[in-house]
Amino acid sequence: MNSLTLVFRLTVFALAFTGFAQMPIFSRYYLADVPGFAWTADYYFNHVAHYILAIVLLAILGWRLPRILRRQSWSAMDVTVGLCWIGIVLTGIVRVMKNQPESYFSPTLVMWVDWGHLIFVVLLAPLALAHFMTRRARASARRLHNAK
Amino acid sequence: MKINRRHFLASGLIAAGGIVAAPSTARTGAEVSPDNVVLATLLDISKCIACGACVEACREVNGHKFPRPEKPFPIMYPAKVKVADWSERQDVDDRLTPYNWLYIQTAEGEYNGRSFELHIPRRCLHCQNPPCANLCPWGAAYKDSRGIVGINDEICLGGAKCKDVCPWHIPERQTGVGLYLKLAPSFAGNGVMYKCDRCRDRVAQGETPACIEVCPEGVQSIGPRDEILAQARELAARTGGFLYGDTQNGGTNTFYVSPVPFDVLNAAVEQGPGKPHLASVGNPFVKEELLARAVYAAPLIGVVAGVLHLVRGATSEDNNE
Repeated sequence: MNSLTLVFRLTVFALAFTGFAQMPIFSRYYLADVPGFAWTADYYFNHVAHYILAIVLLAILGWRLPRILRRQSWSAMDVTVGLCWIGIVLTGIVRVMKNQPESYFSPTLVMWVDWGHLIFVVLLAPLALAHFMTRRARASARRLHNAK
Repeated sequence: MKINRRHFLASGLIAAGGIVAAPSTARTGAEVSPDNVVLATLLDISKCIACGACVEACREVNGHKFPRPEKPFPIMYPAKVKVADWSERQDVDDRLTPYNWLYIQTAEGEYNGRSFELHIPRRCLHCQNPPCANLCPWGAAYKDSRGIVGINDEICLGGAKCKDVCPWHIPERQTGVGLYLKLAPSFAGNGVMYKCDRCRDRVAQGETPACIEVCPEGVQSIGPRDEILAQARELAARTGGFLYGDTQNGGTNTFYVSPVPFDVLNAAVEQGPGKPHLASVGNPFVKEELLARAVYAAPLIGVVAGVLHLVRGATSEDNNE
């Protein structure tokens, strides 16, 4: 695993954490009561942290996009995971846009964008894990085959 | 808004179209048409006599929106999650509750050697960049095209984040009502949050909010934000008064004009749950507004850097994508 991949994975984890911290669950379920973890219930702090992490994530995704598009073959899983990422990024950017003071988006659109952001994240987690396991299994099989 | 399957799918399609068209649907209050004029209210608190007509009218006109909780309430976990039940105390009118979206706050004291008693109708200020709507993770709190900030009681889960992030802690919760009852009532959510929606349904029909219409002293006026703000500034300048709400929390759509400075009023009013302060409030989203530009630029910079890297013949990393 190269260093960019490590940064990418840590960023995704931190984004998921600060994203879920936008819901009032960490204070309800005692995490914020743990010494040193009071910040998990600070909505403004987690909001800013989510923006900063999103900047890192978007830069990495942008960096990798040309390589990804260069790929010769696409499995159904590749496409599904890719669509989830597109959904997360688009809904996330719309959320940032609607949080600007001069912008206006209809309440119905905002509701669907918020729900979409959450749904895409919840979908991506098991899909990305399955995708990762499949690729690892394939790589192992390939190594075994080459060894023979 | 009742949500059924047809409505769910239909609004999903509309939303999908809206995402594509989002940049063109974004608009500012400067554009004027009947539906998208941002309206603001001016409250000349020197006129308020605390007769309570506005409070009564608010309850009467908005009564159909008040919660009708199902009892007994679900047992909630963990035990520290408390029930918020105002259904047996619907008559309370000396603070904000789910059944009382407007109340009269009284400030008594002395200023410049003269005693004063002022009455201040308090409700949601309908911020221009409302933290409740910006930070609601569920899309339940919203700002509409007329500058009204509301909470969709059909989908609100009652997590009270809107109350926590509101500098005045305006929204109030009622347990035992709303969508959370159909999801995981014991483990997530706790009812619905309620607050003034500036008579959104009446305003949509071209009518005036009830509290403004019934006031015998003409304390409040409503109109396009630019005009009302100009009136508020003119009134403050003419009377040597003070203005509150124009810059608070990044700007609101409610302007109070008082003959006594608001820091003096803030020290004089009773504060606590359901009884908001009158302190100065800065813009909580300064950092986010700066970071937003970086959010837009980051993917573009990443793509350009990635393409340049490829053009230079880099081939590494491909296994990790």
